[in-house]
This record gives sequence, C-alpha cells and structure tokens, in this order.
Amino acid sequence: MEKQMTFEEKIEHYRTIIDDVSYPTVNKWKEEHPNKKVVGMFPVYTPYELPHAAGMLPVGVFGAGGKIEIDHADSRIQSFVCSIARSTLELGLTERLKNFDALYFTSICDVARNLSGIWQTNFPQQLVEYIHFPQNMNNSSAPKHYRAELQKLVSNLEQLSGKKITNEDLLNSIKTFNRNRELCLQLYHIKSTTPHLLSTFEAYIVLRLGTLLPVEEHSQLLEGIIPQIHQRKRTARDFVRVMIEGSFCEQPPLELMQVIEDAGCYIVDDDLLLHSRWFNEAVPLNGDPLLSLAESYINRSRYSSVRHYGNKSRKEQFLEKIKSGKVDGVLFCAPKFCEPALLDYVVLKDELEKHNISYMTFEYEEKMGVFESIRMQVETFVESVLFFS
Amino acid sequence: MQEQKFKYQGIGREYQKQLLTAWYERLQNAKNDGRKVAYLFVPGNVAEFLRVFDFELVFPEVNALQCGVRKTSGDLILKAEDIGYSSDVCGYVKNDIGMMLQGNIGPSGTEIPKPDLLLCTYCGCTTFIKWFEALAHFYDVPLVMLDVPYMRDGEISDTDRQYIVEQLKELIPLCEKITGNKFDYDKLVEAMKHSAEAEDLWVQILHSAKHKPSPFDSYFEAVFFMAPIYVLRGLPECTDYYREALKEIYERIEHGVGPIPDEKVRVVIEGPPPWPHFRAFWELLKHWGVCAVASSYSKVGGFWDHGFRHDYTKPFESIADYCLTCYTNQNLPMRTELLRSYAEEYSADAIVIHSVKSCRSFSVGQADMREQFIRKWDIPTLLVESDLADPRYFQAAQLKNRIDAFFESLEHKRLVKV
Ligand code: SF4
Ligand code: SF4
Repeated sequence: MEKQMTFEEKIEHYRTIIDDVSYPTVNKWKEEHPNKKVVGMFPVYTPYELPHAAGMLPVGVFGAGGKIEIDHADSRIQSFVCSIARSTLELGLTERLKNFDALYFTSICDVARNLSGIWQTNFPQQLVEYIHFPQNMNNSSAPKHYRAELQKLVSNLEQLSGKKITNEDLLNSIKTFNRNRELCLQLYHIKSTTPHLLSTFEAYIVLRLGTLLPVEEHSQLLEGIIPQIHQRKRTARDFVRVMIEGSFCEQPPLELMQVIEDAGCYIVDDDLLLHSRWFNEAVPLNGDPLLSLAESYINRSRYSSVRHYGNKSRKEQFLEKIKSGKVDGVLFCAPKFCEPALLDYVVLKDELEKHNISYMTFEYEEKMGVFESIRMQVETFVESVLFFS
Repeated sequence: MQEQKFKYQGIGREYQKQLLTAWYERLQNAKNDGRKVAYLFVPGNVAEFLRVFDFELVFPEVNALQCGVRKTSGDLILKAEDIGYSSDVCGYVKNDIGMMLQGNIGPSGTEIPKPDLLLCTYCGCTTFIKWFEALAHFYDVPLVMLDVPYMRDGEISDTDRQYIVEQLKELIPLCEKITGNKFDYDKLVEAMKHSAEAEDLWVQILHSAKHKPSPFDSYFEAVFFMAPIYVLRGLPECTDYYREALKEIYERIEHGVGPIPDEKVRVVIEGPPPWPHFRAFWELLKHWGVCAVASSYSKVGGFWDHGFRHDYTKPFESIADYCLTCYTNQNLPMRTELLRSYAEEYSADAIVIHSVKSCRSFSVGQADMREQFIRKWDIPTLLVESDLADPRYFQAAQLKNRIDAFFESLEHKRLVKV
C-alpha cells in the first residue's frame, strides 16, 4: 500500500504515527519479536549502533510533544524545567514506556543528567545508562576513554540480551547507520538546494518517523520517497532562506515549523533531530569499530550546543554553516528553560551582529497552542530581511 | 554569642574575612606583579596543580556568591540580561558576565584581573562548560577543558581516574608556556601536604556538629568557614586558618554553646543558599531553633568527611579522585543516600531542601529526593524554592509560611510522641 501512496499521503500517514504517544510501531515490533529488547534514546546524539548490533530496537524518546497532561511528573521534577524532561518522565510514570527495556541518557545538560538519576530510582526494572561524552576533544586519551565508555555499554547490552556482540555485528550496524545518515543528508540537500520541493515540516516528519522504526525499514522508506520528492511539481517562491538554531533537543511543535514556512521562509538548515546526521562523514569501517565510533564523535561530529568543540570553535562552525547554506537570516528557536541553547544564544548572536546577519529569537514549549504572535514576528522579520538585502 | 565572652570567639569568621581580603588584593596586583591568572571552578579545582606554576586563581563562582551576599547581584544579572541572557538561566553565570561588563570590579571593590587561562574543571555541572565558553568568547583567551567524568556508576573507576591523570599531565606544557615556570614535582608535593593538613582540620570542624547542642552550623556558618579551603587550598595560610578556627569550635564545645542559642531542631540542608537573602533565610530557621548539623553544599568544593585526603605520595591520582568525588559530580542516587546517611549520623530531625530555580544541576531531582526521604525513610522533609543569585525569586512571605507550617507540625509531632 505504501508503494502506491503519493508523497503527500505518506506524510499524512507518518504524521499520525509520530503523533501517537503510545508508540504503535514499537508495540508492533515487540509483538513480532517478543524476546528482543527495546532501548529508548534520549536526544541529542546517542550511539544507536550499539543496541542495533545487539539485535535490539533503538527508539528515540522525545517527550510527549504536548499530547499528554503532566499529572504525575510534577511531584518529581519542578516547574522551571524544559518540557521534554517533564513529559518524558510523565510517559514513564504513566507506563507508556513499559515496552522499553533500557534507556540511554547522555551528558548534554544537567537536566538530562539528573533525569537519568530519577529514572534509576523510579524504574529499577529498566537498564538506565548515563553516557559520558568526552569534553576535552584535544586530549590524546579522549578517544581511548570514550571507547571504554562504549565498551561498557556493549557489555551491559550483552548482559541484557544474553548474546555476545561481535566486531562483525558492530561493523554491520555502523554500515547500516552510515547508509541511513547518507539518506537523511539527501533530504537536507534537497531542502538546501531546492527548498520548494521539500518543506522542513515534511522532512521533519520523515526523520522523526525514523526514530521509531527499525533503521533498515526507514532507509528503505527514504529510498522510496526521495525520487518522489524530486518529481514533485512545485514552483520556487521568493522566500527568505533561514536557518533554525537551538532546537536540538526538545522538539518544537510541528505547527511552529508550519507557521515559519507559511510566513515566507524556507528553512534551509536547522538542528532538529540532529542525531540523524550527527557525523559529517561516514564512520570508518576499517579497524576497531568502537574506536571508530569514539574517534568519530571527537573528530566528525557536527557542532551543537551540547558538545564542547575541539580545534574549531562552535561559532566558527556556525558561521560556516550559514555561509555554505546561503542563509539570509537565523531564527533562534529554543525550548523554554533550555540552558545550553539559551546560553549559547548570546555568543552566537554576537557573531551574527559582527557579520551583519539578521536574526530573530523566540522560545517554545511542548504545550504551546497559539502561534499567531510568532507568525506576525516572522512576517516582520521576512520583510526586514527582504528590504535590507 | 554577640558579645565577646571567650578567647577565640568569632575567629572563624574574622580570620576568613582577612584572608579573603588579602586574596582579592593580591588578585588586583597580579598583573603588576607579573603573575599569570587562571580562572577555574570551585568543584574539582586543581589548585595544588596550578600553584606549582604560581598562577593566581580566580573562582568566578566565589565572586558571584560574594556579590550575592553584598546584594549587588540583582543589578549585575540585569546587565547580563540586557545583552541577551534569558531570565531563566543560571544566576551565577549572569552575575559573572554582568561583572565583566562593568569593568570586572569584584565584590570587594577591587579589580579582578583578566584570565590568562580558562581551565574549565568540568565537575558535574554542564553549565560550567557553557559559562567558560562564554568567557572564552568575551575575553578571547584559551579555554582548556578538564574533563571529569560524572560518577555515573556510583563509584570511581580506574579508567576515569587515569583519564584525568593523563589530561593533567598533558596540561603541563601549556601551563609552563603561559607562566614561564617549569613544572616542579616537589612543589606539588608540598602543596598537597598543606592541603591534606587543612582537610584534616576542616573535617574535625564538620564532625563537631555531631555534638548536642551542635557547636557549629554546617550550612549557615560553614559557608564562611569553607571559603579558605576552597580558594586558598595548598597554601600554608589555609592550614593556619583551620588550626585557629578549630580552636573556636573546641571552645564552644567546652562551654556548651553553639550558633543557635537554644537548639531545638537539628536538620540536614541540601542545596546552595539564597545569597542575596542569606540572613533573612537563616532568621526564618533560627526562629524555630533550627541548627543545620550537616549540609551537602559544604561539600561542593571537596568531599573529605568520609576519608578522602589529598595524597602527596600519588599526587595526580589523588587530584583525580578529588575531582571525581566533589558533591556536584555525584549522581542523584549517591546524593540522596548521602543526605539520608547524614540525617542518621548527625541525629537530625528533618531534611530541608533549598531548591534553586536557576541551578538545575542541583534542583532537578530534588522533588524526587523529597518523595523518597518521606516515603522510604519517613524523614520529614521540607522543600522551599528561591534562587542563589537572583533576588527576584525570593518570596519572603511565602517562604515564611512554608517554613513555619513545617516546623510547627514537626514540633507538634514531637509533643504527641513524648
Ligand atoms: S531541552 Fe535543553 S535543558 Fe532540556 S533536556 Fe534537552 S538540552 Fe537539556
Ligand atoms: S547551574 Fe548551579 S552548579 Fe552550575 S554553575 Fe550555575 S549555580 Fe553553579
């Protein structure tokens, strides 16, 4: 059936899946593979390759996107915290994650870190990992240390599944995810070169679906839709080319993306679902697979507010991205209370001011329902960019 | 204990003040004296290591807290918000940036020298990284990360320890280059010895709170008493300070006096204090005869009371262990267990959590801790919210209501029990 659907029909169909907080694709997979394990991956980047190599299903956990009420999590996390942390905990406390056997959190911020601790206490039946990513990229022992961290995760997964993970398994997973990343990047290439053919709203839905499916299935699906996108008959408009910065962890409401695009913007680049294209080169397939993953994190990662930089500072990489994407203006679009995004904002906008690049800024929350004022602000922004350029 | 009755009375506070004043003056003169300046954080500070190169040390957190106490933080925070900082981010960061924007005049009116090296001792709090990245941007100086892995497995692993040791060793050439001073192993050993001695004395002060009544308040007083071990560790004057301060404590024990005239309730306190309203907060608790017999905040700059000492026989490994075990780097289950065990060890009646809105490193998870204290261990626990730097978040009337209601009910429960 999927094969005969138009691209637009597919997007509509995928949207119902990603909007469903009961994780239908995961439940189905679990029914088909009753003895296999599911591992939840909290953003931003997580080594999906490891659970995959263990024959498990890694699944992105991105909170509830405003689709459930926060009733139970309030007694455990206070109100001045980003929505993704609160609603993820609510998903757990309301047993919506009961099909998950393990959960991965990483050293992106203090909130995610402490959420991993809350999880350990409240869900002792799940394996909870808190991954320490290297922060000193120039230190010669960083790859070795991170490799040991990955090895520890592998051992714990082996224990969970009762199955040894071989180097061959790992190489196969790396290869599989390299392919998926390549396909996801093709979507970004389309967005950048022919933005009228693919909106960010649509690309996002396709990528978000990828966090819920087995990776092979997602790659196959991408292979099917990429030609469809190229064949779309849509005219290019005189829109402003913008880039979104700050939405790397908690995801903005879909309506927000629509509002921005409707207001006259092509979002030609962004940091949404960053894990889907985290490495800017394929992870090498020769040599020790865990070391390749470790070295890739250190040397091949895209910049992000939650990863300390190495030889090249984040602001340099930010400016390069603007230049190579021929971006007219930047929309700082950060979740309320998200410290990494809000703190970086000042440094990054300073750079934009130095280089005379336009920007505007707003915050979002999962529960946000009214977008009118943002629409008006973006429209004004678009006019000012058009007027001054 | 207002009027002078005893020989050593007040020495802990006074001597501390003198030492900090001298330190701020030394900082002001650092550049003229040809000394290089390193900025670093209190948790996991590798003071002993940096002293080998004769760096002057600046702790932006200490400046921020001092501004809070002197009530200048509110204006400085607004300065930072003027250039784009959100009202929701860490108040310490904004305080520091605000201070920088105003010519870097420190809390005591002296100038804080610009950094020659930013050494981000990443010891738990991820905001540390964002903070120093911002400073690297504004000052345009080198930023080096000392990557301290979080205590995610509840214990020190050899891998983590070795990782820190290797980073410290790799840092030597850069420090030599900046200061022009060669690394000197004997100097490191000497600093480590001073530290260990001061730590021994400090722990005696902390443990003294097991006495009834407690001679020492481990939260409201500890914040003064702990300053030297945080900013002057590794120097002889630091050790001297604790020798003197301990005399005051012994004297109090001898006379059966403490910081609270009539100790009625013993509590363990979690979380940093509301600096701009420090006195007011203390008064709210004093009103009920509350003495803090243990606190987690007094462990952010080092966790010595369960045995750790800087060990000169293996200096690098020991510095690594010091970094790993600071309170900010302990995971939530460890923090919860620590507070519970304090309640037991120090015969506390309750736990008080001061939850700091803009410090998510501390506050996320505190509500969950509270649930556990109450449900699992039946320890009465009060959670109140304000901020450590931002005076706008301190709602005095609301806090008073909550504090009064809690201690009233505690008192009532005790009466019923008796
Ligand atoms: S949204 Fe920001 S603050 Fe919240 S968990 Fe993600 S990175 Fe941390
Ligand atoms: S978040 Fe908390 S621990 Fe971190 S720098 Fe701010 S005040 Fe300090």
